[in-house]
Amino acid sequence: MKQIVIISGKGGTGKTVVTSAFASLAKNKVMADCDVDAADLHLLLSPQIKEKYEFKSGVTAVIDKELCNQCEQCVQVCRFSAVNTSQSASGEKEFVVDPIACEGCAFCSFVCPTKAIKMEENVSGEWYISDTRFGSLVHAKLGIASENSGKLVTLVKQKAKELAEKQNCDWIIIDGAPGIGCPVIASLSGVDYALVITEPTLSGLHDADRVIKMVKHFKLSVKLIINKYDLNKEMTEKIEEYCKSRDIPLIGKISFDESMVKAMIEGKTIIEYGQGKARDEIITIWDRLKKT
Amino acid sequence: MKICVTAEGDNLDSTVDPRFGRCQYFIVVDSDTLEFEAIQNPNRETMGGAGIQSSQLIAGKQAKAVLSGNIGPNAFQTLQAAGVEIITGVSGTVKEAIEQYKEGKLESTQGPSVNSKFGMPE
Amino acid sequence: MIISVASGKGGTGKTLVSTSLALSMENNVQLLDCDVEEPNAHIFIKAEIKNKYPAFIPIPQIDKEKCNFCGKCAEVCVYNAIAVLKQDVLVFKELCHGCGACSFLCPQKAIREINKEIGVVNKGNFKAIEFIEGKLNIGEAMAPPLIRQVKEHINAEKTVIIDAPPGTSCPVIVSITETDFCLLVTEPTPFGLNDLILSVEVMRKLKIPFGVIINRCDLGDEETQKYCTKENIPILMNIPFKKEIAIAYSKGTPLVEAFPEYKNKFMDLLNKIKVIKRSEWEKSIISQ
Repeated sequence: MKQIVIISGKGGTGKTVVTSAFASLAKNKVMADCDVDAADLHLLLSPQIKEKYEFKSGVTAVIDKELCNQCEQCVQVCRFSAVNTSQSASGEKEFVVDPIACEGCAFCSFVCPTKAIKMEENVSGEWYISDTRFGSLVHAKLGIASENSGKLVTLVKQKAKELAEKQNCDWIIIDGAPGIGCPVIASLSGVDYALVITEPTLSGLHDADRVIKMVKHFKLSVKLIINKYDLNKEMTEKIEEYCKSRDIPLIGKISFDESMVKAMIEGKTIIEYGQGKARDEIITIWDRLKKT
Repeated sequence: MKICVTAEGDNLDSTVDPRFGRCQYFIVVDSDTLEFEAIQNPNRETMGGAGIQSSQLIAGKQAKAVLSGNIGPNAFQTLQAAGVEIITGVSGTVKEAIEQYKEGKLESTQGPSVNSKFGMPE
Repeated sequence: MIISVASGKGGTGKTLVSTSLALSMENNVQLLDCDVEEPNAHIFIKAEIKNKYPAFIPIPQIDKEKCNFCGKCAEVCVYNAIAVLKQDVLVFKELCHGCGACSFLCPQKAIREINKEIGVVNKGNFKAIEFIEGKLNIGEAMAPPLIRQVKEHINAEKTVIIDAPPGTSCPVIVSITETDFCLLVTEPTPFGLNDLILSVEVMRKLKIPFGVIINRCDLGDEETQKYCTKENIPILMNIPFKKEIAIAYSKGTPLVEAFPEYKNKFMDLLNKIKVIKRSEWEKSIISQ
């Protein structure tokens, strides 16, 4: 079984569109959407949700106003400025924790002399196992302004792997998150290689370089795809040179093709859409990937 | 001598759990008498640092060696500091693992067997 | 006034908007790149970096002479960043959030805090713009503390433009809190709309006034516009797809430099924001 993750560093380079194309090309696979912050893969795969679970993660401080003696020690120790004063409905001063600012470190609960602060578990999202026309999909929705997307990513990946093992699959195809922070790091664990999709822009190259450095930091192998390569051929050449000088396999180039947007609007993968230059190029890339 | 094996179940016939920090059970076995204690791993759902927590637990149980599938760097460092011998790449049942260990067929691991514990952030 | 520029989906043109808006202004403007994982504004704002401030978080250092291995620090650390063994204490600095509970609560006073570098804040000038960016060290997962350190450089006397990271999770929240207005940049595709809806939820939860900019407005469908009309969300600007814009962008040429006529459009945008802010202020006065 092979596990591949598709990432980009920069957003909007076509990561999800390419992932969905691979999803319709690969036989016998499980898909995972690890872009839990702004999940889009489901828009093209129209999943039928079979199982739904709450995602709990971390804790948040809650102050019991009855027990609070307003000594302010919690305010003093909190490094995240999460304890604020406000006015209650009756106009009295009271202390409240801003759940968004709270990092759940529990420092306040340790110093509170009246034991007025409890740490409560957060429900910060949901995750799902679904059927799609291409096979099983594990995906999630992180609650707005919630933390710990890295943990949710790990969970999604773990469940996809369990499912793939049970179904004896050949592939796990993972749509990664943008950036180089905790969600992406979490989406990399255990994969055979990371596929980086970039575009021929200075920002695209800059971000691809950072994300490739991160992948290498974790000693994983990486391959690169240039999307919309014909929008700036000069920059594409620069990226090709970059790959050569750093020994990064460039596995293919995809043309700028309005069929990609048209397919998306119809809720289809580019493969199902059935036409366009980009489609043929993606099929060639997939054939190459199958052989590696 | 006490040996700890990570396991998917709570007895000597259970399969060795390939994970360390988030394994199902720790089976702490006396290698001479085969008397054992099965500890359900309290760190399975921990946000981060499961390997570190599990290592402290094992060290606290006076185990001299740990047999598991894979051990990440943080757990490796903690176990090493606690003077616990580390053996990875172990499979089969708990009983088989102990037999192999007693027969000297298992070599101790010199470094973490999986890349950085980057699965779990924060 | 502090204006943040955000988007649920990446690659919709956030940086294009924030840099062009900053460049359209003649004076008194600050541009903060809070997308510390992938900062890109510097590609367009070629500021000469004059000051570099390394960004730190405090992490514990244990004095093993004073330590009696009681285990209190490991017990209070919710991030499991400390392991206490019979004769040793280990600190796993990449798990530490720098909350300070361990050093404060150590009965032996055996823990002091030392700085761990997580990234850097760069500061420089370009034309009328005071430019500040955060750059997270590779392999480092703690973006929010760095973003907070970037935001410490805010000068509220100026017009402050914040380029936020994409998404809806913690780094975005930290970037956009305490801003007066947020511009949500989107594209009129099903992905763009799906992510816009998520961003709108964030805005409403944080109670930040906001408006929408539709980039590549002719490359997609009508649904985004319909959604905004239905939800009473102002569409403040439409930027059509042009190959020339894409090429200029790809070379690191700001939109307003390649197409100077956009300067006025961005000034109009700023005025529209001011009008919205004023009408809100008036509303709040009346409601009092």
